Amino acid sequence: MQGLIGKKLGMTQIFDKDGARIAVTVVEAGPCPVIQKKTKDVDGYEAVQLGFDEMKESRVTKPMLGKFKKAGVAPCRFLAEFKMDEGEEVNEGDSVTTSIFEADIFLDVVGVTKGRGFQGVVKRHNMAGGRMTHGGHSKRRVGSIGQCSYPARVAKGQRMPGHMGASRVSQQNLKLAEIRAEDNLLLIKGSIPGANGSVVIVKKALKK
Amino acid sequence: MNPVVAKLNRENLKSEKETSFDIGDNVRVHCKIKEGGKERIQIFAGYVIARDGVGNTETFTVRRISHGVGVEKVFPVHSPFIEKLEVQNSSYVRRAKLYFLRDRKGKKSRLRERIKARK
Repeated sequence: MQGLIGKKLGMTQIFDKDGARIAVTVVEAGPCPVIQKKTKDVDGYEAVQLGFDEMKESRVTKPMLGKFKKAGVAPCRFLAEFKMDEGEEVNEGDSVTTSIFEADIFLDVVGVTKGRGFQGVVKRHNMAGGRMTHGGHSKRRVGSIGQCSYPARVAKGQRMPGHMGASRVSQQNLKLAEIRAEDNLLLIKGSIPGANGSVVIVKKALKK
Repeated sequence: MNPVVAKLNRENLKSEKETSFDIGDNVRVHCKIKEGGKERIQIFAGYVIARDGVGNTETFTVRRISHGVGVEKVFPVHSPFIEKLEVQNSSYVRRAKLYFLRDRKGKKSRLRERIKARK
């Protein structure tokens, strides 16, 4: 299995083998039941659908309940699809845990960043802004957004103020510092997207 | 804080006895140092001039004069790489951060020793 669904719990620091302190994010990952197997014959591609975070049967819609019943697992709040490793065999109803990872490998983490509301260009696009002193009036303003009579329009994709954050973001190549299999915990070096308590998808790194 | 993270933080804390030193204490820090695959103990001795933070992230700063140059080192209080911490003596100090020692030289940079009550 290439990944798991998890929950970001928060950050702390641990000591590595050389005595250096490293900042880690604690992620509670899995155990994720296999809800559905997608096959080349039926769906046109190979994948496995995993679930995370159990919930009451009464909160699930009837069609979804049927899907969970078919796999023989408790209803889950979140679903996500993952690719399988080559030659791997899983069945519906199986439980996938952190044992798919090993310490010191690299991970990609997908999450939804904290929403920051409507923001100006200085915060949103890291623009420099104008001068604060010496009579500056363009303190945090947008500034010029293009030329004049030619092209007589604003270029597409021009960076401007607007809604920032609350977007799905992947962070690549984060080192997995430690695994606590008994508590289903992953300690990932550095920060990951999203607020504490938010759902994240943890995958084996694509580029490592 | 999330209870799971809080539990992780409590995991490797040292005992109260090992971490009960004060600002102004003259200490000898025995720290493990890895050099070319070998491990040895190095001692850093001086005044504790600050303690920062709480819980597993707490650190303390030790200041000493080495070859006429002031040297400060920040240690994590709960680091497993601190083998032992000896308190030589304590000082009479009136503040939590002894940064004023940085501006003092020679005899002025000493602290008045505090005689602790016998237990």
